[in-house]
Amino acid sequence: MIKLVGVEKTLGGQPVLRGVDLTIPAGKLTTIIGRSGEGKSVLLKHIIGLMQPDRGEVWIDGTDIARLKGQALNEVRKKFAMLFQSAALFDSMTVCDNVAFPLREKLRLTGDTVTRRVDEKLAQVGLAGMGHKFPAELSGGMRKRAGLARALVMEPEIILFDEPTTGLDPLMAKSIHDLIVAMHRQFGFTAVMVSHEIPEIFGISDWVAMLKKGRIAEMAPSSEFVKTTDEEIREFIFVGGTFMTKGLPTASL
Amino acid sequence: MDGIARIGRYTLDLTEQMGRMMLFVLSSFAWLTRPPFRFYQIVKQLNFIGYKSTFVVVLTAVFTGMVLALQGYYTLRKFGSEAVLGSAVALSIIRELGPVLAALMVTARAGSAMTAEIGIMRITEQIDALDTMAINPLQYLIGPKLVASLIAVPLLVALFDVVGIYGGYVVGVQLLNGNEGAYWSSIESAVEWKDVYGGILKSISFGLLISWVCCYKGFHTKHSAEGLGTATTEAVVLSAVLILVWDYFLTSVLL
Ligand SMILES: Nc1ncnc2c1ncn2[C@@H]1O[C@H](COP(=O)(O)OP(=O)(O)OP(=O)(O)O)[C@@H](O)[C@H]1O
Ligand SMILES: [Mg+2]
Repeated sequence: MIKLVGVEKTLGGQPVLRGVDLTIPAGKLTTIIGRSGEGKSVLLKHIIGLMQPDRGEVWIDGTDIARLKGQALNEVRKKFAMLFQSAALFDSMTVCDNVAFPLREKLRLTGDTVTRRVDEKLAQVGLAGMGHKFPAELSGGMRKRAGLARALVMEPEIILFDEPTTGLDPLMAKSIHDLIVAMHRQFGFTAVMVSHEIPEIFGISDWVAMLKKGRIAEMAPSSEFVKTTDEEIREFIFVGGTFMTKGLPTASL
Repeated sequence: MDGIARIGRYTLDLTEQMGRMMLFVLSSFAWLTRPPFRFYQIVKQLNFIGYKSTFVVVLTAVFTGMVLALQGYYTLRKFGSEAVLGSAVALSIIRELGPVLAALMVTARAGSAMTAEIGIMRITEQIDALDTMAINPLQYLIGPKLVASLIAVPLLVALFDVVGIYGGYVVGVQLLNGNEGAYWSSIESAVEWKDVYGGILKSISFGLLISWVCCYKGFHTKHSAEGLGTATTEAVVLSAVLILVWDYFLTSVLL
């Protein structure tokens, strides 16, 4: 279980998180939504200890990592994998080596086991046969999928996805969503996803949380979330309504 | 009052920065002692910092030796002491010019590239990615560079010394028709173990200094393309200045 208590963070003189209280249930897929620049990526970085809060606590399975450093923090991080919004592939390595990297370095696997798992993951994200390329030779969407493969390949306890489908075409986005859901069913990891894919995320997430003005404005199971009465949140998740008035079909929830 | 406050603030900032740099290098070395040992990374860096710098170091060395012999020849001739040309060239190169010039060339070639590489990894979140994989970036990225540069710079300096002295020979003996035997024998009689030892000591400390400053600046790059430019410039300038200052300090202690 991941639990944030009163997390506050000021970045560049501007308060970003202003007391985030958030409990993310273990083994479930929780999606965080919110306006661009609201602090969703910053929130994910607090969960994995890349940023430390000015005030507040970040509990990962009973350890408060808010002030943890060095080796102790590394121990907690072994439970995690993360897909960065920018994919953050190592540009000195091929796609294959990128995906193999955590297997070799973290799980200390070698030889055929690595190759097999890497090829399997690359095929699942639709990058079969692209392994020999360098990140600079890929499109933005392909990089994102390579980053996804690198996060999924470790099969850890907790995976953080920062906008896994941004920059992908609708079909590819759907197949990535399907892949995340399938992997989630199979391995039962705790998934925390940041996404702008409304309404699709309501169909795949167990829980949805909305970050607004540096706090969690609402958190509920996705079927409940859409019934919210908060006007601003309704406006945010039902902008699709404006499409209807223009005679375009909205995706059904 | 205002002025004093400003000086105080500046001093505090400087002390803090120095403290952080100290911590940076000490923890990098501390992480090096823990497994896994990054042998492959060290070899890769040796290739980059050492092997790939040989051309520019040799080029600098040849011309340094040649110009030293040229200047030395005409100066010494005024006193009728062309016979000691060899020792004049060899001593200046072994004691001063070899370590300093080789270190400056390594800074320009490998140091700036180090800062840029690490800086880009910082900006594009690759260093954060290492962190999320529970791999310490100091151990994986910085440690191997420190070790490789500690090994590579002294070797490059040794190469510089040999090539430079030979460059002096080409001009002093071949071109200006000096006495070949005098050139070599004056080197043999004038150069002492103390000179060589001082040069080695200098080159080792320069090796540490270059990778230390350049890695630190890259590691703390601000998140922008401009930040990367600033970091690289600062790294090169600071390394170069520190090399010269530290060289003066060491020379005054060693003499
Ligand atoms: N390293 C940093 N230094 C200074 N400010 C930062 C830093 N990282 C983020 N911020 C600021 O924090 C705020 C939130 O950024 P964040 O990246 O979390 O937004 P986001 O919700 O993920 O947006 P998006 O949906 O566009 O990805 C922004 O105003 C940003 O300028
Ligand atoms: Mg973001």
